Amino acid sequence: MSSPDRLRFRLNGQPVAVPCEGARILLDLLREDLSLTGTKRGCDLGTCGCCTVLVDGRPTLSCLTLAALMEGRSVDTIEGISPPQGLSPVQRAFVEHGATQCGFCTPGFVVTATALLRDHPHPSREEIVRAISGNLCRCTGYTKIIEAIESAARETV
Amino acid sequence: MASTAPSPYRLLGGRIPYVEGPLKVTGRAEYTDDIKRPGMLVGRLLRSPWPHARLRSIDVREARALPGVFAVLTGERYPTPFGVLPITHDETAIAVGKARYIGDIIAAVAAADERTAEAALARIRVDAEPLPEYLDPRVGLQKVAEPIHARGLAGTNIQKEVVQHFGDVDAAFARAAHTTRVRGVFAGVTHAFTEPLVTVAEATPDGRLTVWSATQVPHYLHRSLSEVLGIPMHRIRVIKPEVGGGFGGKSDPLPHEIVCAALALETGRPVKILVDREDVFYTNHGRHPTQNDVRIATDAEGRILAYDIDALIDGGAWSSFGTVTTYYNGVLAMGPYRVPNFRYKGRRVYTTKPPSGAMRAHGGTNIRYSVEVALDQLAEELGVDPFVLRTRNALPPNSTTVNEFRITSTSFLACLEAARAASGWDATFRKLPYGEGMGLGCGFYISGSNSPIHFTPKMPQSTVHLKVDMDGGIAVHSMQADIGQGSNTLLAAIVAEVLAVDLDRVHVQRVDSDVSPIDLGSYSSRVTFMMGNAARAAAEELKGKLASAAANLLDVAPEELELVPERFRLRADPSRGVSFLEALHRAMEHVGALTATGSYQTRPVGGSFKGARAGTAPAYSFAAYVARVRVDEETGEIAVRKIWAAFDCGRPLNRLAVEGQIEGSIHMGLGQLLGETMSYRGGRLLNPSLLEYKIPMPQQMPEVEILLVGGDDPEGPFGAKEAGEGPLVATLPAVGNALHDAIGVRFHELPITPDRVLRGIDERRKEGRVWKGA
Repeated sequence: MSSPDRLRFRLNGQPVAVPCEGARILLDLLREDLSLTGTKRGCDLGTCGCCTVLVDGRPTLSCLTLAALMEGRSVDTIEGISPPQGLSPVQRAFVEHGATQCGFCTPGFVVTATALLRDHPHPSREEIVRAISGNLCRCTGYTKIIEAIESAARETV
Repeated sequence: MASTAPSPYRLLGGRIPYVEGPLKVTGRAEYTDDIKRPGMLVGRLLRSPWPHARLRSIDVREARALPGVFAVLTGERYPTPFGVLPITHDETAIAVGKARYIGDIIAAVAAADERTAEAALARIRVDAEPLPEYLDPRVGLQKVAEPIHARGLAGTNIQKEVVQHFGDVDAAFARAAHTTRVRGVFAGVTHAFTEPLVTVAEATPDGRLTVWSATQVPHYLHRSLSEVLGIPMHRIRVIKPEVGGGFGGKSDPLPHEIVCAALALETGRPVKILVDREDVFYTNHGRHPTQNDVRIATDAEGRILAYDIDALIDGGAWSSFGTVTTYYNGVLAMGPYRVPNFRYKGRRVYTTKPPSGAMRAHGGTNIRYSVEVALDQLAEELGVDPFVLRTRNALPPNSTTVNEFRITSTSFLACLEAARAASGWDATFRKLPYGEGMGLGCGFYISGSNSPIHFTPKMPQSTVHLKVDMDGGIAVHSMQADIGQGSNTLLAAIVAEVLAVDLDRVHVQRVDSDVSPIDLGSYSSRVTFMMGNAARAAAEELKGKLASAAANLLDVAPEELELVPERFRLRADPSRGVSFLEALHRAMEHVGALTATGSYQTRPVGGSFKGARAGTAPAYSFAAYVARVRVDEETGEIAVRKIWAAFDCGRPLNRLAVEGQIEGSIHMGLGQLLGETMSYRGGRLLNPSLLEYKIPMPQQMPEVEILLVGGDDPEGPFGAKEAGEGPLVATLPAVGNALHDAIGVRFHELPITPDRVLRGIDERRKEGRVWKGA
């Protein structure tokens, strides 16, 4: 770190420098220190995927990630993925297809699906299933989530 | 049939995206853990490491002395017992005198930060005397050395015993042409909602207490807080933010909620308690581990003559909904068939394990599995097709069961026809190669409990308030609790439908006991039916006020008018009319903002014997599911490939939500069937994490074909009935029976793990039984 107690990285496209202890977990930094509460805390053990964010564009479990490791890197949360007005194509598809129920897992799924479609604009069903298999949903049986991602992929032709 | 006819309604019957969807997909929806209050403290709980222990003394002096600690509480401070059912108040916020399971709360701390709170917990000295563990409910049927609760039946650990007999079961068995019996054994399973349990509480100098909590039933929490803390309800405000799933696990008032409020009172500061995932598993209140013995007698054609059921239910440490559970494990076997003679003995026994409670399709899931597997067995023994057997026994519409349940609408026969046709049953059943199979399972569930817990049946179970001001926006208040099932959306859609406005005119307000009229919340699949009727009544009242004003403007009688989108107009001359806003502004003259109230109250149904109310409902859902499976003979793995889900929820009001409930129910049902288990060693959970307690992955989810075949229910709102829990129950027996078709083995023990599959195949072969040539 450039300074012992300031962590510098890009957060949702903006450079930030925030106080950060060495053992601080990224999820805690985002939710508690920076009030970015769109990223959810479901288990603190890397088992549910609710806390998924993008680190240098890759879906990452923020509850298992030391914040200090973000020095000089780029972090995108659900807040950064959301356009200032309206919804992204993935978000719109999730709404239209009823892919949210309780919605607690939803930000994690949206982050994961956004990264998937950026890298693979036309994924097969199997690729979608593989991509989301680190995100748990207890409400939907995944059916409408998969439909939503398929629909968002069609829209980005 | 409702599924093919176009909906006569503008919005209802269509696919209505959830109104809070845009907030949820952007991370802007506010859940309890997202709430941060100025000066908020961290609450932490010390939990018992003993399954059963007398708490001789708890020394908190060192903990209290730690800088940054604001309060340390033990059980004696708020010892008033509480519980979800008024007749079984056997819980306390913090253990008093005894700890009854590993995970029982024995002290609580509020501190400036997490680290200090944890350090304080480590400084609490508990002097405890271990007591005998009671892990097996069978042991607790007899007198025990140290009953878990003093209120157990006559020195045993029996929490509730139900004995019912209708008709003459012994005579029916004596004249039966055929009888069959099964013993079902079911492991406990838990809700595994993604949002952990969490509460924020704040006491303010005006003498009021505000509690934000992840709860399905804000009203029960409100009552329990008042009782335990000794504060009148009007000085407590309960707010329900978005809730990240419940499935029954957030329907009891839970001790951490009361402890959080107590810490806020003690410290004068806001306090948050976030229960970590491991402790969410220990808090449990999931589906009861159960053993049921089911005997069925039929005539030579397979017409049911009698059921004889005995259920032994492992309750865990507290009563929770257990008295209801004990009845439901018998009486929810009463549909979807006509059962002329019925005998039931059910016992729920306390054990020194995390409490069981209500979980989606509470009380109906395990007994329906055993009954449906027994019927499949019967059909095979009688040489009757499983569909034919069910058709012969279907409970007719507008009938009364032997235990006096009032059945009104049922489209069960239509469910059977639809599932049979869509699945290609006649060409496929028993004709697939070894290892592949098809099975039928049927369901029946309450559409809300007819009897309100806590108050008299003369009080409405649901009330909805509307307010409309000069802008024409309609604010809706109700204490129904949207926990993800889409009830806010349905509430908005019903109001918009009646008032012929667009959905964005209607704003459903967050549940807040200061302003929301009481509704019993989200459990027992009551919301669509009860809140739906209340919402319709409220909207009709508002429409009446607007129609009078419009009639006044047009100088006609209100009956001459019709309401179309944004306009009241003359039926006889549609060119003459006034806009919605013109009518509204006329109606507001001299009175200001318009308000309207609607409510729903159940009518008296059912018998008058002891326990007669358990299982009575204003309507019931029905289901017939066919599952297609493939079994890997080498690994014992089960692949559920497709489920045809024919369901009678009356008229589906939001198809998107109904489909979502069915798909989610199937996922949850498959979890219990294929692998989910609360595994214990002693009183300790072996798998209290989402890694070890495995819910099905997307790869395990079958294709689901949904067939909505219900006709209008006469009393449901716009003809609707429930679709939140009933869709789960048929899932398990459909797959269980398909496994028999695939490999010739009947599974009576859940979950059906690969080792059990392999053992089943092995045992069948050892018995010399050949199945499909294998």
